[in-house]
Amino acid sequence: MNKYHLTHLKELEAESIFIIREVVAQFENPVLLFSGGKDSIVCHHLARKAFYPANVPFPLMHVDTGHNFDELYKFRDQLVKETNAKLIIASVQKSIDEGKVKEEKGINSSRNKLQTTTLLDAIEDHQFDCAMGGARRDEEKARAKERFFSHRDDFGQWDPKNQRPELWNLFNGKKNFGEHFRAFPISNWTEMDIWQYILQEKIKIPSLYFSHQRDCFTRNGVVMAKTSFTETKPEEEITNMQVRFRTIGDATCTGATISNADNLEKIIDEVTSSRITERGGRADDKRSEAAMEDRKKEGYF
Amino acid sequence: MSNQYLNMDLLRFTTAGSVDDGKSTLIGRLLYDSKSIFEDQMEAIEIASLNKGEEKVNLALLTDGLRAEREQGITIDVAYRYFATPKRKFIIADTPGHVQYTRNMVTGASTANLAIILVDARKGIVEQTKRHSFIASLLGIPHIIYCINKMDLVNYEEEVFEKTKKELVGFSSKLTTKDIRFLPISALDGDNVVNRSKFMDWYEGSTLLHTLENIHIASDHNLIDCRFPVQHVIRPQKEEFHDFRGYSGRIAGGVFKKNDEVVLLPSGFQSKIKSILNFEKELEEAYAPMSVTMTLEDDLDVSRGDMIVRVKNQPEILQDIEMMVCWMGEKPLLTKGKYTIKHTTKNVRCVVKEILYKVNINTLHRDTEDKIVNCNDIARIAIRVTKPLFVDKYNDNRTTGSLIIIDESTNNTVGAGMII
Repeated sequence: MNKYHLTHLKELEAESIFIIREVVAQFENPVLLFSGGKDSIVCHHLARKAFYPANVPFPLMHVDTGHNFDELYKFRDQLVKETNAKLIIASVQKSIDEGKVKEEKGINSSRNKLQTTTLLDAIEDHQFDCAMGGARRDEEKARAKERFFSHRDDFGQWDPKNQRPELWNLFNGKKNFGEHFRAFPISNWTEMDIWQYILQEKIKIPSLYFSHQRDCFTRNGVVMAKTSFTETKPEEEITNMQVRFRTIGDATCTGATISNADNLEKIIDEVTSSRITERGGRADDKRSEAAMEDRKKEGYF
Repeated sequence: MSNQYLNMDLLRFTTAGSVDDGKSTLIGRLLYDSKSIFEDQMEAIEIASLNKGEEKVNLALLTDGLRAEREQGITIDVAYRYFATPKRKFIIADTPGHVQYTRNMVTGASTANLAIILVDARKGIVEQTKRHSFIASLLGIPHIIYCINKMDLVNYEEEVFEKTKKELVGFSSKLTTKDIRFLPISALDGDNVVNRSKFMDWYEGSTLLHTLENIHIASDHNLIDCRFPVQHVIRPQKEEFHDFRGYSGRIAGGVFKKNDEVVLLPSGFQSKIKSILNFEKELEEAYAPMSVTMTLEDDLDVSRGDMIVRVKNQPEILQDIEMMVCWMGEKPLLTKGKYTIKHTTKNVRCVVKEILYKVNINTLHRDTEDKIVNCNDIARIAIRVTKPLFVDKYNDNRTTGSLIIIDESTNNTVGAGMII
């Protein structure tokens, strides 16, 4: 390879850092949405690189359904401590308690969709004018049409048919009062790029991503973790399985993978040979063909 | 395995073609044959194809992400697709080909190193071939591959390929693109896409994927003219970095080295590069398109929108700028109209002084009579900006030679400019 030529990971990194700095330059009060999943962890790592030796000049915000795994909360708090980050927690439980949203009922109920209201309220309360997130275009077909700088109207809605053209590396973050932006610095990364980068940079991630023993059950062909807040049908048998998670979201709608991959190299080999996308295990996407597009239009992340 | 992936590079390409020339099929082929389509995605489009009453699995459904696109069976917007082989990672900007979507094609082309232009073997060069080629060349894409598709429908005849190629060579000599290649393929059956065709022994060149994997892209960036637009100033306010003042940004051209003599624009002050940082690591040199932070020997007043360049190689400092513009606004471009310009990390205002001519993008003729520039039109215009910009010709540098035009009443991006 030519001496002055970047590897694909270095080029992606340079692009993402440029976008994060552009957000800070163009907006007054940005925030990074932080779920504790690998994509938001990578975003945070890139933000640290972008502003070193200064601190990351924006807070992290966790939209917390209250239905997350214990390991995730522990990891989140540890990361905040180690990196001197500022964390804001936007609680879905609070939105429920205040009567702003109604909890879904039934066996497949999930708080995933309720996050939209909590998120939009938090953006308004804190007057954030740009919320950055770790969404990737390869994840889902509606996200493949997303811009790096994505405009939201004063109701927080996305209008996919009327997006601003985005050319070269020139990002237009101009908006009217009350409107905000979503920015997606790792749009061009794939699941594989994320894992390779975590390996290359030795980034810490929650233990949930590595193979471990856990009580699980199977529903609609998806292996789900048994937790205190998941209801199971009588015929759904709880068994102790060797599993890991490919994505980490709300525990009620995130499927586990049966796997022995207990280190990054093994995970990468597993991802290479996998024939199913990582969102294949997400019950929230299976609700309809346009499930993601509909949620995004309303303001979901 | 793991190490191999760490040495891959990145190729961004765009595909141009209209409804019937097999573009979606070609992309589907590349993704499918390189094993980048997953079972659940395949399952989803199988169900969707069945629901629509189609007999075969419609690979186009993979790229149509929005509900309206699926309902109308058309691609409205640029869709980005990703796949990788052990050699390279690829980003495809899949753009619609109709004339009313020229702006989407321009958007997809703006970040591409390579364009694939599909030509129907039965029809040869048509109007849209010229349009796609012109846009690829206008946007400075360094490599064009013409895929003469549907060879199965002309009995895989060498004469048909050679005739089309000859036509294309004649036509493309008018373009500025230097690296132009020709490939006979059948996207439907995958001939010469990933695997060599059994029916075209006469073709001795590489397959499409092999070409994409091996085409030389290392020199696509300008590594001669050093340009560093300052994006953000870093002042840590920490005990240990008390006097630290770093200028961060993405290198737009050239190779910067520690101890280089540099000049700051617009102030004209000279200094030396003290250090180049990438996170905690100090670098001896940095080059386009890296994102770094630089510190200088002298304490100078530098802010966002300034540019660090070499003393003996400076960009032009201009207030009167001529450019080719692709118009994207709903309302026509206004002569004497005032707009905001974004160029590198700088925002300025401008007034449109003159519309010189419009390009008929099908015939490439210049039209000096009809000067109404509507959405999807391409024109040569002259503007005057409120503060000088540090520019290069677009053909020399795609970063310092490009700008966007923003409508101040709607905040929309309404134009893409390439400086001449």
